[in-house]
Amino acid sequence: MATSVVNTWFDRLRATRVWKSVFRRGPALTNRTRSVAVFGNLFLHMLPVKVREKSLRGRATYYLGSFAFFLFLVLTITGIFLMLYYHPADPRAYLDMKDLKFVVSNGVFLRNLHRLAAQLMVVVVFWHLFHVFYRGGYKPPHEFNWVIGVVLLLITLFLSYTGYLLPWDQLAYWAITVGTNIIGYMPILGKPIRFLLLGGHIIGENALLRFYVLHCVILPLLAVFFIAVHFWRIQKDGGLTLPEDDERKK
Amino acid sequence: MSDVKNPAAGSQPRKKGEEGQVTRRDFFNEVAAAALGIAAAGGAVVTVKYLSPNVLFEPPSRFRVGAPDDYPVNSVTYFADQKVYLVRILQGFFAESAICTHLGCITKWNPMDNLIECPCHGSRYKRDGEVVRGPAPRPLPHFALQLMPDGTLMVDKTRIVKETLVLKV
Repeated sequence: MATSVVNTWFDRLRATRVWKSVFRRGPALTNRTRSVAVFGNLFLHMLPVKVREKSLRGRATYYLGSFAFFLFLVLTITGIFLMLYYHPADPRAYLDMKDLKFVVSNGVFLRNLHRLAAQLMVVVVFWHLFHVFYRGGYKPPHEFNWVIGVVLLLITLFLSYTGYLLPWDQLAYWAITVGTNIIGYMPILGKPIRFLLLGGHIIGENALLRFYVLHCVILPLLAVFFIAVHFWRIQKDGGLTLPEDDERKK
Repeated sequence: MSDVKNPAAGSQPRKKGEEGQVTRRDFFNEVAAAALGIAAAGGAVVTVKYLSPNVLFEPPSRFRVGAPDDYPVNSVTYFADQKVYLVRILQGFFAESAICTHLGCITKWNPMDNLIECPCHGSRYKRDGEVVRGPAPRPLPHFALQLMPDGTLMVDKTRIVKETLVLKV
C-alpha cells in the first residue's frame, strides 16, 4: 500500500502552515474548488478551467503547439548554458564555439541540442501553422490569435536567423551578408535599417554583438510575451477549433 | 504659456462641462498628453541616435595602393581589406568594387576566363565590371582614383565614378 503512505504524507504536508500560505485552499475535490485552484495560480490562470474531451485527443492538435513550447523551453535552458562559455567578440566567438565542441565537458551535447532543437522548432512551428490553417483556426473567433501566431512564427524565424551568425564561421558570415543585403534592397528605409542592425556598414564585431543581444535578450523576451498572450487567448476564444465544429459535419 | 489664458476660445466643444466649454480637467489632460507625446517622440529620436554608432572601426574608405609602376599592364590586383580591384589596362588605371552587386558576396578574379566571378549565386562580370550573366542587377561600381603628389595612387571608395573613366599615368 505504497500509495496510501504517499497520500498520508501528502495530507500531512497540506496541513502545514507553509503549504497553506502558498495554496490558500483545501484539496480541489469539487468543480468549484478546481476552478478556484486554476484561477488562483499565476501559471495556470491563463489556461481554461475545463476543456472538451475531444480537444485533448492526439488527433485534435497533434500537440504541435505544446511541442513548439517545449522546444522553446529546451532552447532557453540550453541557450543560457551556452552563454556561460560564449563571448560575442571577434575572433573569440568562433574559438568559443570550437571550445564548446571539443574542450568543454558535454559542451558538444548542449550545442547540438540547442542547434537541433532550433531547427526542429522552425519545422514544428510551421507544421503547427499549417495544421491550424487547414483546420480553419484562422476563422472567427480565432482571428486575433492567428495573427499572434504569425507574429510568433516571425519571432521564431528571427531567433533562428540571429542565432545563425553567432558561431562566427564562414557559413554564418555569408548567410548574414546575404540576408542583411536583402534588407538593404528595401526602398528608402533599407540602408538605414541595415546600418542600425549591423551597427556599421560591414559585418564586424558591432554586428555580432547586436545579433547576440537580439538573440539572447530582446527576441526571447518578445517571444515569452506573445506566447503568454497566445495561450491565454485560446481560452478566451472558447477553446480549440475542432473538425467536429466544422459546417460540413452538421 | 499664452494659450492658457483663454482655453475655451476657438476650440471645439468637448464631452464634459457646459455646452461648448472645455473644462479645466480636459484642458490639463490634453496638455499632459501632448507633453508626454513630445517627450516620447524625443525619446524615440535620441534612442535611434544612440543606436547609430558615431565611430566605426572599419577599414578606411580612402587608401593608397602604391606607385603605378608596381602594376604591369593588363593586371588585376585584389585588395582584401578594402575589397577593391585595381585594374591596369593599356590606356591606364581604374579601381572597382569586388563586392557583388547582387547580395554582397566577394567576387574573385579568374584570369583563365578573363572574368570576375561571384561564388554565391554565379554572377559573372567582365574585367571592367559589366555584367555578363547571373542575378547581378548592376555592374560593379568604379571608385575615384587619383595620382597623389608623392607619386602613389589613391582610391576613394566614397566617390563612385563613370565606368568609362580611366586614369592615364
